[in-house]
Amino acid sequence: MDVPGVVRPATEWELSSLIAAAAERGKPIEVLGAGTKRDVGRPVQAALTISTTSLRGITLYEPTELVMSAQAGTLLADVEGQLAAKGQMLPFEPIDLGPALGGEAGRGTIGAVFATNLSGSRRVVTGAARDHLLGVRAVNGRGEAFKSGGRVMKNVTGYDIARGLAGSWGTLAVLTEVTFKVVPRPEETATLVLSGLTDDLATEVMCQALGTPYEVSGAVHLPQVMASRLRTSELRDLRKSVTALRIENFSKFVRYRCEKLRENLEPYGKAEVLGDDVSRAFWDEMRQLSVLQGDQRPLWRISTKPTFGHKVVEAIRQYMPVDAFYDWSGGLIWLEVPVSADAGASDIRRVIAQYGGHATLMRAEPAVRAAIDVFQPLEPGAERLSRGIKAAFDPAGILNPGRMYALS
Amino acid sequence: MSSILLPEPNPEIIARRDAIIADLISIVGAEAVVSDEDGRRAFETDGLTAYRKMPLAVVLPQSTEEVSAVLRYCHRNGIKVVARGAGTSLCGGALPAEDSIVVGVSKMNKVLEIDYENRVAVVQTGITNLAISNAVSKECFFYAPDPSSQLACTLAGNLAMNSGGAHCLKYGVTTNNVLGLKMVLIDGEIVEIGGPYLDSPGYDLLGLIIGSEGQFGIVTEATVRILRAAEQARPMLMGFESTEAAGACVSAIIGSGIIPVAIEYMDKPAIEVCEAFAKAGYPLDVEALLIVEVEGSNEEIEDLLARIVKIAEPFKPRTVKVSSSPAESAKIWKGRKSAFGAIGRISEYYCMDGTIPLKQLPHVLTRISEICGSHGLKVANIFHAGDGNLHPLILYNANDPVEVEKAEKAGAEILKLCVEVGGCLTGEHGVGIEKRDLMRHQFSETDLLVQMRIKSVFDPEWLLNPAKVFPLAERIMLDKAA
Repeated sequence: MDVPGVVRPATEWELSSLIAAAAERGKPIEVLGAGTKRDVGRPVQAALTISTTSLRGITLYEPTELVMSAQAGTLLADVEGQLAAKGQMLPFEPIDLGPALGGEAGRGTIGAVFATNLSGSRRVVTGAARDHLLGVRAVNGRGEAFKSGGRVMKNVTGYDIARGLAGSWGTLAVLTEVTFKVVPRPEETATLVLSGLTDDLATEVMCQALGTPYEVSGAVHLPQVMASRLRTSELRDLRKSVTALRIENFSKFVRYRCEKLRENLEPYGKAEVLGDDVSRAFWDEMRQLSVLQGDQRPLWRISTKPTFGHKVVEAIRQYMPVDAFYDWSGGLIWLEVPVSADAGASDIRRVIAQYGGHATLMRAEPAVRAAIDVFQPLEPGAERLSRGIKAAFDPAGILNPGRMYALS
Repeated sequence: MSSILLPEPNPEIIARRDAIIADLISIVGAEAVVSDEDGRRAFETDGLTAYRKMPLAVVLPQSTEEVSAVLRYCHRNGIKVVARGAGTSLCGGALPAEDSIVVGVSKMNKVLEIDYENRVAVVQTGITNLAISNAVSKECFFYAPDPSSQLACTLAGNLAMNSGGAHCLKYGVTTNNVLGLKMVLIDGEIVEIGGPYLDSPGYDLLGLIIGSEGQFGIVTEATVRILRAAEQARPMLMGFESTEAAGACVSAIIGSGIIPVAIEYMDKPAIEVCEAFAKAGYPLDVEALLIVEVEGSNEEIEDLLARIVKIAEPFKPRTVKVSSSPAESAKIWKGRKSAFGAIGRISEYYCMDGTIPLKQLPHVLTRISEICGSHGLKVANIFHAGDGNLHPLILYNANDPVEVEKAEKAGAEILKLCVEVGGCLTGEHGVGIEKRDLMRHQFSETDLLVQMRIKSVFDPEWLLNPAKVFPLAERIMLDKAA
């Protein structure tokens, strides 16, 4: 997305000067990478928009030490291209929200990946984006440039400020450089598919699979409505719900593990095994949230205890018709709801209060996003701490004001 | 060792000691308060035994509510609080102050819930690290971070220091394995953060709290990830004629796409001591030893180890020995895990904990030996090679004050070296008092300000675990900047 009228500082010093000047005048700033996730959160009212896309380039890559540093505005696609050239990848398989929000695929920046901590299916085994962040350089709302962490894998020197910035959506500081852990790309990917399972049985299957020693690195369940939107015809044409479990490793091991896992899940039906090409296409679709594209209905992302996922959806159905699919063995729900003034927020949050977890509205008209809490309201203790943290980084409250919470 | 300055205790607080003890007894009962001198003596130091300070009293609460009541009282009365797990900190992280009370969580050590389906356990934080794994081992699950002190150290301490271990190359450190916390803030407020789901809402408070060295609050309960163990694991030994060859071999293994669960490096002095102690079958005619462990089914392990042997060939290992039985594997690990104890039998040592980029290993080891040599000291090196975490053990005579001072000086020079080559002061032990005054070598004034402001959010009066992590003068800087 090319956002017009945007200031693009080319150096950290330029950025810190801009922010310091704005802070002095109390002038709000909208903070962007490439702007692909601009429509997530409460709309930001700002006189000035700053993008990091001129801070570009990979500054360090040591494949044998599994570490890379990149300036925040470097395209995720460039990062992944460099990694692929050395047979490596990002461990947490960041999802690409662009297409589901009506934009293009592959346009996001690496800084935004960490600023939003959006992790894909592999999160269940390898951890989230925040788990692989080793260090940052950033400029806070006072215009101060600082660093936290570093380039080594293990580092407990001082507080873990870098991780504290992960998932803060540009409301605490503007990242200028990120350093992160990378991993080897598996030699082969296979997928075990069970079809026709109900949501509750599918949850059982996924939880059981993740409790085996075969390192299942993705566990998703698409009810029939969602499966019918898949591009991978092998799965769409089943005309049934799809429960998919990914096995990745050296080719030799993949065959053994698939066989063992299939035996293990025998009571639930006979699992089909998808080969490398189809598997990669399917999991790429999951990364792109392909089944959520082309629809303008409000979209929620709900995180809960995996065994509660399907119960949460069932409970929300008491209030409204919804379409949903499950990632993270049931613990992550992507939920499409009918258009309404609050996009179902009050009912959804009532259900969440019963089961535990949190819900974020990822797609909705600006008027809806301005009217409700897009991010899950915090408990009083956490809210008080969050307010303090916001004030410590950005006392004038100028960075993405109100985007996550009205904290200042 | 005595070169680290500690602030003068507040005489007014010391003068009120009897009244404070009486108040604490009225809050938690006499059985939970240790006030006699012999009893307090057990809490006057931690793993950094050269520093000792008697606290006013020690409180051992049984519940989160008791912790809350004690902290609320201390906050109202301006009394400093040092939280304590098992007291195994190697950096003085649990060292009391004379005008502080110690709040120990050791009596809160229960497993509250095990949920295999959702792969989480809820535990009280006074539980030992190993006890978590033991509680779930019958179902072949485990809690991944495994610091060498895991038999004794508590989860509370692990959370404070964001502890690692030998197997974190594959499984990550504490912060990667904790999903939720119940924490008592200094004013007594109990907050719950996260839970049995894979991400928590809002700012990453878990990320900030884990590794905050007991300066943000006292964590009483945690929801931790438990993982299904691999079918089997097996280590192999490879001995090399030079540090360069061993380091290059590690790079080649990782570059090949294999991530072993652990790659441990020992230099000659470390090998000799550990072999004498554990009879693990370590080769004595090599300069550097790697212990490489892989996991999987029997066939997978054999395949992986064969790949690794092949990758190692160009680096001409003098010894290659794959464990042939669980008993032999246990011995190999016993040698490594008892390294600190074994070296402790022959000499006092000062254990450093820097992290370096792997490529710098030969340079750093040469410089370490030069640094220690220049002070007339010997050194043995243990290295988590997969993640760059280096533990030089500087040997010294604790009864010789001159040598003690030399050991501290050599240690500081080594840590500065780690920072210079692109690494950091501490990989898993924490800053505590030990590395407090070196922080300016790694961080700018602004970097430290950014951290200290977060400290002030959680604990505005700086009562929790005082005089740790930041150079004493920096606090004054914060007051001016605020």
